[in-house]
Order: sequence, then structure tokens, then C-alpha cells
Amino acid sequence: MQFSLGPILYYWPKAEVEAFYQAAADSQADVIYLGETVCAKRRELKTKDWIGLARELAESGKQVVLSTMALIEAPSELTMLKRYCDNDDIRIEANDVSAVQFLSERRQPFVVGAAINCYNPQTLKQFVDLGMTRWVMPVELSRDWLVNMLNGCDALGIRDQFEVEVTGYGYLPLAYSARCFTARSENRAKDDCELCCLNYPNGRLTESQEGQAVFVLNGIQTQSGQCTNLINDLPSMQGLVDVVRLSPLSLDTLHWVDKFRVNQAGNNPQPLNHDCNGYWHHLAGMTQVLG
Amino acid sequence: MELLCPAGNIPAVKKAIEHGADAVYVGLKDDTNARHFAGLNFTDSKLQRASQYVHDHGKDLHVAINTFAHPDGWRRWQYAIDSAAGNGADALILADMACLDYAASTYPDLDIHLSVQASATNAGAIRFYQQQYGVKRVVLPRVLSIHQVKQLARDTDVDLEVFAFGSLCIMAEGRCYLSSYLTGQSPNTVGACSPAAFVRWQDTEQGLESRLNGVLIDRYQADEKAGYPTLCKGRFCVDGNRYHALEEPTSLNTLSVLPELYRAGVKSVKIEGRQRSPAYVEQVARVWRQAIDRCVANPEAFDIAPDWAHSLDSLSEGVQTSLGAYHRKWQ
Repeated sequence: MQFSLGPILYYWPKAEVEAFYQAAADSQADVIYLGETVCAKRRELKTKDWIGLARELAESGKQVVLSTMALIEAPSELTMLKRYCDNDDIRIEANDVSAVQFLSERRQPFVVGAAINCYNPQTLKQFVDLGMTRWVMPVELSRDWLVNMLNGCDALGIRDQFEVEVTGYGYLPLAYSARCFTARSENRAKDDCELCCLNYPNGRLTESQEGQAVFVLNGIQTQSGQCTNLINDLPSMQGLVDVVRLSPLSLDTLHWVDKFRVNQAGNNPQPLNHDCNGYWHHLAGMTQVLG
Repeated sequence: MELLCPAGNIPAVKKAIEHGADAVYVGLKDDTNARHFAGLNFTDSKLQRASQYVHDHGKDLHVAINTFAHPDGWRRWQYAIDSAAGNGADALILADMACLDYAASTYPDLDIHLSVQASATNAGAIRFYQQQYGVKRVVLPRVLSIHQVKQLARDTDVDLEVFAFGSLCIMAEGRCYLSSYLTGQSPNTVGACSPAAFVRWQDTEQGLESRLNGVLIDRYQADEKAGYPTLCKGRFCVDGNRYHALEEPTSLNTLSVLPELYRAGVKSVKIEGRQRSPAYVEQVARVWRQAIDRCVANPEAFDIAPDWAHSLDSLSEGVQTSLGAYHRKWQ
């Protein structure tokens, strides 16, 4: 089992992004995803900065993947996406079907990200035929669903043609909108956001009127109110999951990579606090199932 | 420009056609469609009857099969496509690539419309669905500004369909898991957002409370109109401020941009609401028929008749309407 760091989903200052990846280069992560996936206005790092950073990390021995935006609306965003896809040496994670289109036209292998709707083996086969080498399961799906998917892939004869990745740690991306909810939380319009996401390095917690964490506002993305944590579910992933993804919250996430690694067989379970793991158990995502 | 109306049953189909719809869209009575509610939708024989009625009046029937096939339930989705094709559908509204592939290869003469649930918001994604499955039309998610709709219309030769009126879904459709995060069921997997079985209403000293699977979505004072507890329309607290963190209970109404949509070449305007009553379908169809006819006759002189606005406002959620993402200011 390998462990990956997902792209940073928040808007961090450039120096912090660089410090994070400097530490990540020395971490126990096998795969590092990077790039801006949420909002095109977040430009502390430009396209060439991300590609430069990706090349540096690749030289340090990590497997590197550039992640692309999930919600692409403006032609300018499509042009930026194309620029990522036009590079020949760094693998791309497609988070929108437009990226699949560009990459398959170029016959480049790619990762299908969790933001793309892929719910059955027949769809996986189409992606495999187009060049998919790794599939990141949509966050709302369960272990049962995955087992059924992979049984179907056996029948279609494609089971060994791609890897499976599951999101194991972090706040789950649940939805994308045209509206920027962080700007709205500051009474601003999206066109006048003043890049206020910079003020919230882990998004803005949103609670029910009874104080229950419901979701986290992260620009146009709405995340789960609780952090998902599948560290104690790793033994049930054996034989099914090739890569477990941890979504960066801070430098501390790198320590979680270590903790995940030593608990692959379940020998070093961790207390879960308020974390959730319901989706993996085919329950409401917010549920916490104790091992 | 086509007026496309929703129908959850035969009486709604009839009302839609009688009051000016050019086409009606329906779904089957199971989880293959994204409006899977008790008491709604069509069995095979009802689909046959709806199709007969619509065709007798020279209009079109679209069938939405727009959830995503379960890995152990493929036959159900396959059957839905076969049933729609066999019972006279003029177009299939599909989102799942497995369904798209099956329909395109099995029924090459049947029109395929890409459902809003497929979340195609740009020219690159549209090109993918055109090349892979020959989709004839794309239903755009309610996240694009009017400017972006116009740009897309220029950048693609596929027909475009936009939402014109009804509930305002503020998330990119097909990519929203808020409902499953709270209940375990999502539009993509079971065809329902905030399923009724998880909704609870409770009168308390602090007001009427609405809950979804136990989570407090909103609390209403005596003078407030209560909305259905969809997660995105609740009142929550951010740093102690209590407000509609995502969106107020409001409906989409695009009457004011109808000439712009028409001039952009938008092929079809879609009314949301397969779960609504035949009376709703009748009222909305009547207003939009008049509006489209007036717009097509003279887009430059188009104005909104006061009785249209009055009629539509009374049907709207929270009795207020919005241009939603079509207007940049909303974003």
C-alpha cells in the first residue's frame, strides 16, 4: 500500500506552500499531488511555479502528479488547463472531463480524480481505454461499492490495468458552486473577494445553530464539517486499495502519513476524536464507526 | 426555442402539453432518475401512455435516466434505457458514461441529451461527450453566468438547454454530496436530495425546527415561512454569525434574460419540477409559452407582463426569485 499527499485544497501563501513541499520531499509519502484545484483566482503560485515545483519533487524521488481544477467554466480556465495537460513529463490528475478530453487526445496516461463521476465498472473501462492508469474513488462511495466495482472489473478483464486510490484523511470535498462561500461569509461578492481565502488556511467551519460542525467553507468548494480519518480502516483496504490519500491540512499531516504507514495491518490504531469515516462503511459520511 | 416542461405523472404531462410545452420530460419509477420520490414517475405502461399523448399532439417526450448505475445494478439502468427506447422516447437524458455508451451503441437513431447531472460546464467537457457518445444536446448546470452561456454557445455546435425556472440548485449538479454526507443517500446514487425519510419537523419553544437525519437545518419563528430542509438552504453559524451560509430559500427565474438566451441561440429552456403538481406545471407552462412567443416575435421589445411575474412569484420557494449564477453579482 502506498500513501499519497493530495493537492493542498486551501489557499496558502507561496512561502508556506514551498515550505510544505520542502518537508513533503523528505516525508514518507510515496506520491505527491499538487496544483490548484478549487479556484482560478488563487494565484500565489502560477502555472509555471507548479510545474517547476513538480519537477523538483520528482527529482527528489517522489512520484508526482499535477492536479487540475474541478469546476471549469471560463475559456481562460480551459486554456490554463490545457497548458498543464500539454507538458510531457508530469502525470496529470483529471478532475473534470475536459482534462480527460485533452489528455486522451494527446494519448497521455492520466489519473481520474474523485471529482469525476465514475460509479461502475463499465465507466472505468471507458477511462482505461482512454488512458487512465489510476482511479481515485468518489468520496461518497464505500468499501462495499468498491468491492462490487472491482468484481465487475475482473469480469471485464481490466482489473490489473489501473490502480485504486481512496481518500483516507482530511476534510472531504462535497460540492462545487459558482458562488464563493468564503467571500459571502465576509459579505463580499466573488468578483470582489480580495482573495480572502488566504485568511482561512483550513477553510471556515460552519456549524448548526446547536454548535454541531456541519461543513467547511473553502471558496467555491463546500467540505465536510468533520475530518475524515480512515487510519483504523486500513486493514479492510488490503487487496483492494493501492494508494491512500491524505489531504494536507498543515505540516502536521506529514506526521499522519507516518501514523498511517505503521498502522497498515492495524497494529497501531489511533483514537479518532471527532473524525468521521461513515462513507467507507456505507453510512452517512458524517458517521463515526469505531473499529 | 423550445419550452421543455417537467411531469411526474400523466395529469402533469397533459397540463404541460395543453398549456404550451413543446416537449415534456419524465423519469421512470425507480432510482434510475434523479427525482426518485414516492408516488411519482412512470411505469412502462404509463410511459407508453404519456408517449402516445405527447405524440398525438405533435410534441416530444424526453426520458431522464440520470443517476449513476450501481456496480451491482447495471441491468436496472440498461432496462430503463430499453424501456424508454421501446416506449417512444424522442430523447434520452443521460449522465452516466456507462448509460451513454450503451444507449449510443444500441439505439444510434435515438437522440441523446447530456443530463445536467453530468456536470459539463465547458467546451472541453462538451467535446468529450460529443466525440464519445454523439450527444446532440447538453443541459447546462446552474453555475454559469449569462456571459459564460453565451461564450459556450459560440464555442460549441451542440445544442444547449438551460434551466429557466424552478428550484435553484446552487451546486454544480452531479457533483454534490452534501445530502449523502448527512444521510448516506445522494442524488447520484439514489436519485434524491435530502430524502424525505430523513426529514423531521418539530415544534419547540425556540420555534419550528427542521432536521435532516438529526442535524438542525433551520429554526423558524412564527412569522417565517419554512423551507424544505435541503442542506444548502439552511441557516448556520460561521464565527457566531447565523445566516444562510450557502443560499436563501429561493427559486430561479430567468424571464428577464430570456431575450439574451434566445439571441445566444439556446435551443431549449427547461422548467424544473417533476416533483411538483399538475397545477404548477400548468401555470408555469402558460406563462413561459407566452413569454417565449413574445420574445421570439420581437426580442428587442421584450418585456415581462406583470401577471407573469405575479403568477411565477406565487409558485416560488420562499416566494422570492433570483437569477442565480446567470448574474455575476449573485456569485
